[in-house]
Amino acid sequence: MKDTDVRQGTLALMVLKTLDVLGPLHGYGIARRIEQISGDLLTVNQGTLYPVLLKLEQEGSIAAAWGASENNRKARFYRLTRQGRKQLQAEARSWEQTAAIIERFFAAKAQDLK
Amino acid sequence: MKTLRRLLHRLISWATSARDDELLRAEIEEHIAMQTADNLRAGLSPVEARRQAVLKFGSVEAIKETYRDQRGLPFLETLGRDTRDALRGLRRAPAFTATVILTLALGIGANTAIFAVIDSILIRPLPYPEAEALVSIWHTAPGVPGVPELACSPSMYFTYREENRTFQQFGVWSSGGASVTGVADPEQPRALFVTYGVLDAVGVKPLVGRWFSQADDTPGSAETVMLTYGYWQRRFGGDTSIVGRTLTIDSRPRTVIGIMPEEFRFQRDPELILPLRFDRTTQFLGGFGHGGIARLKAGVTIEQANADVARMLGVWLNAWPPDPGIDRTVFQNARFGSRLRALKQDIVGTIGTALWVVMGTLGLVLLIACANVANLLLVRAEGHQQELAIRAALGAGRRRIARALLVESMTLGLLGGAVGLGMAYVALQILVAKGPDTLPRLRDIGIDPVVLVFALGVALLSGVLFGVIPIAKYAGPRIATARRGVGRTFSDGRERHRARNTLVVVQVALALVLLIGSGLMIRTFQQLRSVHPGFTQPEEIQILHSMVPMAIAEEPERVMRMQHEILDKLAAIPGVTSVGFGSRAPLESFLGGNFNPIDAEDKPFAKGRVPPLRQTRRIAPGYFKTMGTRVVAGRDFSWTDLYDKHRVALVSENLAREWWGAPDAALGKRIREIGPADPWREIVGVVENVYDDGVHVKPPAFAYWPALMDRYIWGDENGSAIMSGMFAIRSNRTRTEGFLAEAQQAIWSVNGRQPVFLVTTLDALYDQSMARTSFTLVMLAIAAGMGLVLGIVGIYGVIAYVVSQRIREIGIRTALGAQPAGLLGMFVRQGLWLTGMGAVLGLAAAAGLTRLMSSLLFGVTAIDPVTYTAVSALLIVAGMLASYLPARRAITVDPVQALRAE
Repeated sequence: MKDTDVRQGTLALMVLKTLDVLGPLHGYGIARRIEQISGDLLTVNQGTLYPVLLKLEQEGSIAAAWGASENNRKARFYRLTRQGRKQLQAEARSWEQTAAIIERFFAAKAQDLK
Repeated sequence: MKTLRRLLHRLISWATSARDDELLRAEIEEHIAMQTADNLRAGLSPVEARRQAVLKFGSVEAIKETYRDQRGLPFLETLGRDTRDALRGLRRAPAFTATVILTLALGIGANTAIFAVIDSILIRPLPYPEAEALVSIWHTAPGVPGVPELACSPSMYFTYREENRTFQQFGVWSSGGASVTGVADPEQPRALFVTYGVLDAVGVKPLVGRWFSQADDTPGSAETVMLTYGYWQRRFGGDTSIVGRTLTIDSRPRTVIGIMPEEFRFQRDPELILPLRFDRTTQFLGGFGHGGIARLKAGVTIEQANADVARMLGVWLNAWPPDPGIDRTVFQNARFGSRLRALKQDIVGTIGTALWVVMGTLGLVLLIACANVANLLLVRAEGHQQELAIRAALGAGRRRIARALLVESMTLGLLGGAVGLGMAYVALQILVAKGPDTLPRLRDIGIDPVVLVFALGVALLSGVLFGVIPIAKYAGPRIATARRGVGRTFSDGRERHRARNTLVVVQVALALVLLIGSGLMIRTFQQLRSVHPGFTQPEEIQILHSMVPMAIAEEPERVMRMQHEILDKLAAIPGVTSVGFGSRAPLESFLGGNFNPIDAEDKPFAKGRVPPLRQTRRIAPGYFKTMGTRVVAGRDFSWTDLYDKHRVALVSENLAREWWGAPDAALGKRIREIGPADPWREIVGVVENVYDDGVHVKPPAFAYWPALMDRYIWGDENGSAIMSGMFAIRSNRTRTEGFLAEAQQAIWSVNGRQPVFLVTTLDALYDQSMARTSFTLVMLAIAAGMGLVLGIVGIYGVIAYVVSQRIREIGIRTALGAQPAGLLGMFVRQGLWLTGMGAVLGLAAAAGLTRLMSSLLFGVTAIDPVTYTAVSALLIVAGMLASYLPARRAITVDPVQALRAE
C-alpha cells in the first residue's frame, strides 16, 4: 500500500467530515479541501473521490443536487443528510477509539507488557 | 438496511444507465474545468493548466469503470453480455446449434412429458377437496385361501356407519350398468351405485340440484338418479331443465335430482349415479362386493382408522347372522383384518412402477444426450482455443472465461428445454386424445407450473452437466499455454482425448443399459404372446353385451328363449361361423370378478374351514366353440341341458386336476356353489384353462354353470337366467364396416328396447390386458433406440476426430510402408476398445438396474443371459461399424498430401 493510496473507508469519513464543516459542496471543492488538510494525500487521483461519493449517496449519507458553482457553471452539490451526520458521529467515535487503542499500543514499552 | 438501499439504487440506476453516464461525464468535466481555472490562477499556461488538471484527476476511464461497477448490477450486465455473445456465436454455427438443440429437446421433451404424466397421476392429489383424508376400505382375510383382499359387505356398511369413531363420512359403492330407455336408442351407461355418504365423503358439490340424502337410501322411497357431466352433455346437451324430470332406468321411472360437475372423477368413470339401497332386515355377514370409501376425521391417521375398523370387525362378526348354509365359524376362521389405504392408491393402481421405470430410462437417454452435447462442445471449444487464449492474454480471468462458456451451455440448455417443452406439449395432447383408457386420471394430464419448473430445472441442470466438461478442460490453468499447440497438427497424446473417450464410454454403457431394458421387455412380450390364452384368433371375436329389461321378460325361461332367438339371428349374419352367450367374456375381469366358494361332493370341507373361492361363469352352448376353448374331456352343455334344467356343470382343467388329478377323473363328480339351496351338479365336461385375468397371471380355476338353471343359490322355484349377458360372435368380418350395425340390428329385431353396450373385440381385450407391458415396451424401445443412435454417433465422432487429427501421422506411416489393413485395424481397435469398456460397465450397471423392473417382467429373469448376450453382441457390431466408417478415411490418405497439408 502506497502512502498516497487512501483507502475508501478513510476517504468516506473525510468526505463526511468536510461536508459537515463546510456545508454543501461540489466534488472539486471536497477534493481540494481534503487535499488542503491532508497535505499531499489526495494529489495523485482526485478521480477516486467520485466512486466514494456515489457509494455514500447510495447509502443515503449524502444527497446531491445540481446547482450553480461560484463561476456560474453547472455543478453537482453534495450535502450531508441526517443519516450522514449520525454516521459521521458513529464513525468518528469508533475512529477515535481505534486511534486511541493503537496509540496506547505503540506507546507501550516492553516492561509494560510483562 | 444499507445494503438493501444500495441494491435499490443500483437497480434504479441500472435501468437509467445511459443518462447517468452522461451526468458523470458532465460532473468530471466540471471538476477538471474548476481545477484548470485554479491552475490558471496559479499562473500556468492554459494548455499546461488543463494538462495538470487532467493528470491530477487520474484515469477518467478507470474511474468511470469503477463507478459503473458500483452503480449498476455488473453481474447481470455481464450475464446479459455473455448471453448475447453466446447467442451470436451459436447463430454463426447453425448446424452445431441445431444438432445440440434437437438432441437436448428430445431428451428434455421426453423427460418433461413423462414427468407431466407422473405428476398428474402419481404426485398431484385427487381433484377432491382435502383428498388426502379420503381412504378406501379393504379387508384382509388370511384364513380364506386365494383371496388377497376383500371389500365391504352391506352388513359392514351398517356396522361401520353406526359404530365408527374415526370417519367423518362413510359409504359403500358398487359399479355396473343401468339401462336407459325411451330417450334415444336403448343404452346402458356405466352406473355407479352409492349409499348415502359416498358423495359426501368425496365432497364434490353437484353442479345443479342436490346429492342423495339418507332418504334416497331407504327402500321404498321415491326412485332418484344423478347424472355426471359427460353423460348430461352427451345425452341432454347440457340442458339444466333435466333436473326434476323422469328417466326410465332399468324399466323403472326415476327422477333426476342433480348433475355432478365436470371435475368429478370416480373409479370406472361413471355416467349415472344411482342410490344403493340395502334392506337391513335381509343382510348377512357375507357379500363383499362393495367398495368402501371414507373421509377420515381431521387429524386421524390411517393407523388409527385401521385400529377403529379392526375393533368394529369384532362387533360386526357377532351382530349379524352368517349367510345361510355357511357356519359362523367359517367367518371367524377367516380372521378378518383391516387394510385401509389412501383412495389415490386405489385409483392409480399398479401403473406406478411402469411409469417410474420409463422415467428412469428417459433420464438415462437425457444423460446420453448430455454426454453427446458435451462431446460436441469439446470439439467446439477445441476450435475456439485460440480465441479463448487471446481473451485470457487480454486479461480475462479464468473465472470470466468459465462463465462465458457456462453461459453458452446454459443458453443451449434453455433453448433445448424450450423446444423440448413444445415437443412435450404436443406429445401430451396426443396422449390425452388417444391414450389408453387403462391409464388412470388420463384426463387430468397436462402441463402445470410444477411441470414447467421441472422442465426449467432439467434444462439448467443439463446445461451445467454438459457445460462443466469443456470448462474443466479449457478454462483450466493451462489456458495460457494452450495457444502454443493451436494451428499445428501434432500427433496427440492419449491424455488429450481422455475427456472425450470417457464420455463415449459412459454413453455406450448407458445405451447398453437401455438396450438390455428394452430387450427384457421384448422377451417379456414374446413370452406373454407365446402363452396359449385359452381362446383362439381373438381378432375374429366380436363381443356385445346386452340386457333384457325386466319390463319385457322376467320369467327365466322366456328370457333364455329371447337370448336364444338373438343367437340364431346373429348366427344367420353372413360371415358368422359361430356364436356364443355367457355372463361375461374372457379378460373382462375389470368388470369385477365373480368369485364364489365351490364345494365338491367327494371332497368335504371340515366344518368351519373356508373353501377356496373359484371363479364362476354362466354360459350357453356354443360359448367355448366360439371362443376357441378346447373341451379337454366330456362335452359342452346342450340346449336340452338348459331347457330341461339338468343339474350339470363344467370345470376348468386346473380345477379338475387340483381335485381329481386328471380331467377325465372329474367327469361324473358333483360340485355346487355353497349357498342355502344350490343343488349338487354333475360335471359333464372339462375345458382348457383360460387366462381370464390376463396372460401374465395364473389362469383362475373355473366352475361353469348353465345360463338357465333351476334353483341357483337362492332356490327360486322358477329357475334363474342371466338378464344381462354377453354375446360373442366369431366372424372374419369383425373389423368391416356395417358388421356391428348388423349385429345390433339382429338384437333389436328380437327386442327393440334392449340396450347394447360394452362393445369390443376379444382381441382388444387381449391387447388391453397387455397394455402395461406394451406401453413399457414401446417407451423403452424408443429410449433404447435413441440411446443406441446417440451412442453410435458418439463413437463415430471420436474416431472421425482422431483420424482427422492424425492425418499427418497416417501420412508418415503410409510413406514408411504401413499396410491399409493395419491402419484400419488400428482405428477400429480403438473404437472397439471404447465400445468394450462401455459394454463391460453397462453390463454391470444393467445387472443392478434391471432388478428395479423385475415386477414388469414375465417368464424371464432380470439377468436373462440371452438378452445380455444378444444386446452386447449388437452393441459391439454397432460399435465396430461406427468406427470402421470413419477409419476408412484414414487409408485413403495420400501421404504426400497429408504431409504437405501443414
